[in-house]
Amino acid sequence: MTDPIFGRLDLSSLSVWRAFQDPSLSELIGAGAAMAVILGALATLALLTWIRLWGPLWRDWLTSVDHKRIGIMYCALALIMLARGVIEGVLMRTQQAFGLHGGFLTPDHFSELFSTHGTIMIFFVAMPFIAGVINYVMPLQIGARDMAFPVMNQISLGLTATGAALVMISLVLGEFSTGGWANYPPYTGADFQPGPGPDYWIWSIVLAGIGTTLSGINFAVTIYKERAPGMHFLRMPIFCWTVICTSIIMIFALPPLTVAALMLAADRYLDFHFFTNDLGGNMMNYVNLFWLFGHPEVYLLVIPAYGVFSEVISTYSGKRIYGYMSMVYATMSIAVLSFCVWLHHFFTMGQSANINAAFGIASMAIAVPTGVKIYNWLATIFRGRVRMTVPMIYATGFFYLFVIGGLTGVMLANPVISYQVHNTLFLVAHFHNVIIPGVLFGLLAGYHYWFPKAFGFRLHEGWGRAAALLWIVGFSFTFLPLYWLGLQGMPRRSASFGDPSFQPMLWLALFGGMLILAALGSLMLQLWVSIRNRVQLAVPLGDPWNGRSLEWSIPSPPPAYNFALLPQVLDRDDFAEAKASGRAYAEPAVYEDIEMPDNTAIGMIVCVCSTLMGLALVFWIWWLAVLSLGVMVVSLIGRTFRTDLSHVIPAAQIAAEHRAWLARVRAAPAVDRLAETHDRNRGRAMPERPFAAGAAE
Amino acid sequence: MSGSNLHPGLNLGARHGSAHEGAETVVFGFWIFLMSDLVIFGLVFASYLTVANPLGMAGGPGPADAFDLRSIFVQTMILLTSSLTFGFATLALRHEKGRTVIAGWLGVTLLLGLAFLTLELRDFAHMIEVGAVPQRSGFWSAFWGLVPLHGLHVALGCLWIAVMLAQMALLGLVPVVKTRLLRLGLFWHFLDLIWVAIFSIVYLGGLMP
Amino acid sequence: MSDPDHRSEARLYLAGFGLALTLTLVPFGLVHWGLMQGKALAITIAVLAVAQIVVHLRFFLHIDLSRQKREDLQLILFTVLLLGIMAFGTLWIMGNLATRM
Repeated sequence: MTDPIFGRLDLSSLSVWRAFQDPSLSELIGAGAAMAVILGALATLALLTWIRLWGPLWRDWLTSVDHKRIGIMYCALALIMLARGVIEGVLMRTQQAFGLHGGFLTPDHFSELFSTHGTIMIFFVAMPFIAGVINYVMPLQIGARDMAFPVMNQISLGLTATGAALVMISLVLGEFSTGGWANYPPYTGADFQPGPGPDYWIWSIVLAGIGTTLSGINFAVTIYKERAPGMHFLRMPIFCWTVICTSIIMIFALPPLTVAALMLAADRYLDFHFFTNDLGGNMMNYVNLFWLFGHPEVYLLVIPAYGVFSEVISTYSGKRIYGYMSMVYATMSIAVLSFCVWLHHFFTMGQSANINAAFGIASMAIAVPTGVKIYNWLATIFRGRVRMTVPMIYATGFFYLFVIGGLTGVMLANPVISYQVHNTLFLVAHFHNVIIPGVLFGLLAGYHYWFPKAFGFRLHEGWGRAAALLWIVGFSFTFLPLYWLGLQGMPRRSASFGDPSFQPMLWLALFGGMLILAALGSLMLQLWVSIRNRVQLAVPLGDPWNGRSLEWSIPSPPPAYNFALLPQVLDRDDFAEAKASGRAYAEPAVYEDIEMPDNTAIGMIVCVCSTLMGLALVFWIWWLAVLSLGVMVVSLIGRTFRTDLSHVIPAAQIAAEHRAWLARVRAAPAVDRLAETHDRNRGRAMPERPFAAGAAE
Repeated sequence: MSGSNLHPGLNLGARHGSAHEGAETVVFGFWIFLMSDLVIFGLVFASYLTVANPLGMAGGPGPADAFDLRSIFVQTMILLTSSLTFGFATLALRHEKGRTVIAGWLGVTLLLGLAFLTLELRDFAHMIEVGAVPQRSGFWSAFWGLVPLHGLHVALGCLWIAVMLAQMALLGLVPVVKTRLLRLGLFWHFLDLIWVAIFSIVYLGGLMP
Repeated sequence: MSDPDHRSEARLYLAGFGLALTLTLVPFGLVHWGLMQGKALAITIAVLAVAQIVVHLRFFLHIDLSRQKREDLQLILFTVLLLGIMAFGTLWIMGNLATRM
C-alpha cells in the first residue's frame, strides 16, 4: 500500500502544500510556523557558514563531553523551545479570547496547539533546562571533574535533542497528535487518528525519555561516587540533595512512560490490543501507567527548582540555609510521596471511593513537606542582609504565587472538589500556577544566578528585573482569571464556547499573555544587551555574588578540568567558611596531571540516527528505520573496541593557569555585597565574618 | 573480604588493582540501570495481570490452549544452568584462571542462551499456529509484550557475550574488559531472575489446575 | 574468610544452583501432576518464586546484608519499595475498576 521508498510521506504531508490547497487562516498559521522553522534553520546554517563557526561548533561544542558545555547546550535547547511554547500559548489565549461561537483556528489545529504546547513545555523546555542546570552546577558544587559517565551524558543530550527535533519537524511534515500532552488512547489509537500525529508524540517522548533515564543514572552515580574529599552527604549544598531526588524520579518514573508509550505504539503499528476499545483492551491502564510517570514527573521538575531557590535565597541573604536537615528530609519525603499519589489525576475514572480517599489523603500530605520548605526559606531571609537582585525577585514571585498554586492543589486533592472542577480551566490554572512560578521562575533565577559562572560576565540587571516583573505580573493576569472561568464551568481545551459571560476573563488572560510575550522579549533583549556589554559586566575572577559553595571558588568560566586540585571540604557552605577564615584562594603545594576524556562524535551520531529513525517510523519508511538503528548500534559497539579515549593535561599547564588566576584575584579590589551589581564587580567578593561565627545562631 | 568490597555483587578483588577500583563506579551505575529496567518489567507484569481474565481474553484462546509446560521446563533448566556457567566464568575472571577458561565458560553460556532462544521461538511459532496472537485479544497482547521482551533481553545478552569474546581476543583482559564482564554477569543473572517471575506468574499461573 | 579461594566460591555457586533447581522442580511438579489446587497452589508458587529470587540474589548476584557498602544497597532496596507501590497500586486500581464495570 505505502510507497517502498517514501512510506506514507507524500506531497500532502507538507503543511505548506496544505495551506496552498486550502488557504484558510488556520492553515496559513500552520504554514507560517512551518516556514519559520525552515527559514530559521536555513538562516542558522547560513550564519554559521558566513562567520565560519562550523569548526569551533563541532570541535568545542557538539563533540564535547565536558559537563559544562553539555549543560549550556541543554539550556540553549530549552530556551529555543521555550520561545515556541510561549508563542503557542499566546496563540491559544488569542483563539479563546475570540472564541465565542468560533475563533480563527479550526478545532483540530487548536488541539494540535495544546498538544504540542504541553509536550514541548514539559519535555523540551522544563526537562532540558533542568538537565542543563544540573549538568552545569552539580559537579562543580560537589567538587568533581566531570560526570561519572561523560560520554553517556553526551548521548543523553543527543536523545533529548532528537525528541525536540521531531516535534519541530512535525510543523513541516505531517501534523502532531491532537490528543493532548498525555495522549490518551483510544482517541490516539489507530482507529481514531490513523495519521502520523500520535506517532510523532510516541517517538519523540520515548527517545527523549531514554535520554532522561540515562541522565538520571548519571546524576545519581556522580553524586554517590564523585564527591570531593570531605564532601559528606550532609555537607552538600541543598541543590545537590534535590538533584539526588530528581535522579531517583528520572530513574524510576520514566519507565512507566516508556512502557505506556511503547504499548500504544504496539497498538498503532502492530494491531495489538493493550488500550483499544475492542477485544479485551483496557485503555484505563494507559491512564494509570501514564500518571505513574506523570505525577512523579511534576516533582522531577519542581524539586530542582526548590534546590535553586535554596541556593539563591541563602546567597542573597548572606546566610546559611535555615533548617538544613529539615530541608533534606522534606525533599526526600516529597520524592517518595510523589510515587504514591498518581491516582489524583483520574479521580473521576470510576474506582471506588475508598481508593479515591486513600490517594486524596496522600496528595494532601505532600503539602506538609512543601510547607516546611517555604518556612525554611522565609526563615533564611529573616534578618539576612537581603539584596533584591533578579533571582530574589523571582523568588519573591515564587513565594506568593506558588503558595496559591499549592493551596488550589490541596483543594484538587479532595476527590469531591475534583469531581466538580474536573477538566475545567480551574485545573489548567492550577498546574500552570505551580509549574510557572515553581519550575520556570526557579530555572530563570538559576539562569541569572549561574550565568556569570558559565560565561564570565553577568547578565544585565535592568533588563533582568523587567523580565522578572513581567513574568510575575504577566503570569498573574494570564492564569488567575482561569481559576474563575474554571469555577464558572468553562471546559479546558475548548477551541470555542457559547457563553458570553466567559469573555471578559478571557480578554484579561489574553492581556496577561501579551505581558508574558513581553517577558520573553525582555529575556532575549537582556541576553543581547549583556553580550554587547560583556566587558563592563565581566566577572572573570569567579565570585560575583559572594557565593557560598564550591562552584564560586574557581574562575569564570571554569577551566575544562574544573578544579586545579580537588578541594578538601571541611564544612557545609565550604567556600563561605573558607573566605571567612582566610583559607580561600590558597595555592596548592603540588599540582598533578589530570586525565580527561577525549571529545567524541558518538552523541551526534546517536542524535542524527535516532532522529532519522523516529522520522522513518512516523512515516513508515521501514528501510530507513532499520538502517539508522543499525548504524547507531554498530557505532556504539564499535566505540567499545577503542581503549585510547582520554588525554592528560600536564601539571605544569594547570599550575601556570591556576597561579595566573590567583595572582589576578589577589590584585583585584574586593567588592562589597551591596555593590555586586555595579560595573566594578570583577568577581572578587569582600570577605566578611560569617553570620554563624559567633554564638549568635 | 569485608572492607575490600567496593560495590554490591561479586567484586574482582583487590589483586585486580585499577580494574577493581574502576568497577566501583561503573558497576554501581549498571545496578541502577538494572533497577530501572526492573521497573519496566514490573509494570509490564502488572499490565499482564490486569488482563489475565476472561474479559481480557475476549473469547479467544486461553493459556491452556497455547502453553507447553514441558518446553517451558526445559527452557527454565537451560537458563538456570547458564546462570551457573556464567558464574563459573566470573569466578575464573576473579581468580585469574586465564582467557581460555573464561572464554570457555562464556562460550557455554552463549550456546545455552541460543538454545533457550531457539526453544522459545518454537513455542511462539506454536502459539501463532493456535491463534494465540497479540492481534487476537488484550490478554495475548500483554503476553506478547512481556515474554518476548525478556527474550529480547536474552538476545541482547547473547550479542553482548559475543562482543566480549571478541574484545577478550582483541584487547586482552584489560581493566575495561574486566569491568564489562562483571556488568554482563549482573545482566545475565538479572535475566534469569526475571525468568523466575515469568515461569511462575505467566506459565505456572496460567496452567494452574 | 578473608578472601575465599576459587573452589569454595564455586561450591557456593553449586549450592545456589541446587537450591534454585529444587525451588523450580517443586512448583513445576505441583502443576504438572496437579497435586494442589486453587488458592493454596497460587500461594505456594508465589512463595517458592520469591524464595528462588532470594536464592539468586544471594548466590549468583552476591547481595547480602553485611558486607556491602550500605548506601549502594539502600538505593537498590529502595527500588523494590517503589516498584511495590507502582505494581500493587496498579493491580489494586485496575482490579477495583474491573469489579465495578
